[in-house]
Amino acid sequence: MHIPDGFIDGKTAVTAAAISAVGLALALRQVRKELPPRRMPLLGLAAAFLFAAQLVNFPVAGGTSGHLMGGVLVAALLGPSAAVVVLAAVLIVQCFLFADGGVLALGANLFNMGLLGTGGGYLIYRLVSGRTPSLRSRVTGIAFGGWCSVVMAAIGCAGQLAWSHTVAWSAGFPMMASVHMLIGVGEGLISALAFLAIQRTRPDLIADGQPALASRPRLELLGLGLLIALGLAVFVAPFACPWPDGLEVVAMKLGFDRPPEPVLAAPASDYHVPGIHSAVAATALAGALGTLVVFALALVLGRMLVRKVPVKLPKDSSC
Amino acid sequence: MLKDWLGHQHSRSASLVHRAPAAVKLTLALTIIMGTVVVPLSWRVWFVVAASCLVLTAMLARLSLLFLFKRLLVLSPFVLGVLLVNAFQPTFHGARGGGPGLVVRSAICLFAVVLLSNTTPFGQVLAVLRRARVPVLLVTTLALMHRYLYVLLDESERLRRARASRTFGRRRRARWQVLGTVVGQLFVRASERAERIYAAMCARGWK
Repeated sequence: MHIPDGFIDGKTAVTAAAISAVGLALALRQVRKELPPRRMPLLGLAAAFLFAAQLVNFPVAGGTSGHLMGGVLVAALLGPSAAVVVLAAVLIVQCFLFADGGVLALGANLFNMGLLGTGGGYLIYRLVSGRTPSLRSRVTGIAFGGWCSVVMAAIGCAGQLAWSHTVAWSAGFPMMASVHMLIGVGEGLISALAFLAIQRTRPDLIADGQPALASRPRLELLGLGLLIALGLAVFVAPFACPWPDGLEVVAMKLGFDRPPEPVLAAPASDYHVPGIHSAVAATALAGALGTLVVFALALVLGRMLVRKVPVKLPKDSSC
Repeated sequence: MLKDWLGHQHSRSASLVHRAPAAVKLTLALTIIMGTVVVPLSWRVWFVVAASCLVLTAMLARLSLLFLFKRLLVLSPFVLGVLLVNAFQPTFHGARGGGPGLVVRSAICLFAVVLLSNTTPFGQVLAVLRRARVPVLLVTTLALMHRYLYVLLDESERLRRARASRTFGRRRRARWQVLGTVVGQLFVRASERAERIYAAMCARGWK
């Protein structure tokens, strides 16, 4: 999902970089304020960990494989602002040292994976796990939040590519969303399993970050939410309604073969084409259904994985 | 295999390109990338000049061109994916010049970054960032990450090998469980290392 250079144009790169710079600066300030010096080296090590973890491949349907993004897992372990800093470090190193992801596209990549993916995924994790999270609700939240983070990052990527006129929104969006809805299942599953493994061996590592999060006022969540909403508005909204390229295809079929114009929003309603509306509805329905199914799966996963722990512990201690 | 992909060709014999100050190289690379992204496709001259400049620099730095091209190929799945999606959209005429334009632009930019990373140690890039007033916390994080990156990669390879030598069978559920445990264990080891690093930093009079 790392966008290379040359795929997004100047205006997209600059806009995304500006939003990302503000987000990163806010995250850095927050981290400097609340991270004890004892845990300062942990940021760098967590970034190295995330880099190594992103190289772990997992199988996806059809013989292909995906890899971890890990934003929500790190956010659940270290807090959202630390996770944004960690992700920024990973992206910078991947970009400058391994040429994975473009230099000018760094802002766009940080926006997709850091702000949309990690920030948004963390928000969903908090919403799902509730105010006083139990272990089970946390595992559910991480699984679902991890899935959402991958899907949201993919949608952000498709939006930027469409805004740069590199890939048509009507082709890029369904493609990116559907592929990453599959990959996201692996992300959610591994994030949840990794979180449980950490909880089993070093629960103090998690407990360390959690009380601060629980007592945090809602201001930061609100800010994150606003940022995500703004991002969605900037990148996705112009394409969500008119579906210009589908219209172009239909216009060609019907014989109005005119030079394609970027915005066909106004005449769209007059064209009265039955196929388009059902296609849009079908895509939306599929997306909603997929989200519901994954949420149900996350619930089942939480129940399945966490039931074992309280049953097992008394047994072990009694032996 | 992993190491091949992640490795760099820092040649011992410091050439003119290797010795040039990092800030200059960084600025030049950024200029080339920015120009390549922004310039319209009809300005053929720019692309030819940029590409030949890069190839000349690579030859001057005595890097093997074959190695650089291999790196470019490894990094291009995203390019292929986008081309594939566009191939199914015959009616879509992007403003970015379609397939050939994308390939040329991204190849030049990738080549510039690969060249930069192979002639400039990351520590020098960090020094430039620090001088450019990038927040200290971010630079420190980057420095620590770079220092322990390969250590943790080795660690994860050891975990994988130990796991592979002990577990048999290929039950699907077990495989996911193993992946999750490996990732979790890697984090635990990373944070234990961070604790040791902090102790070492304090012992050397940090703060």
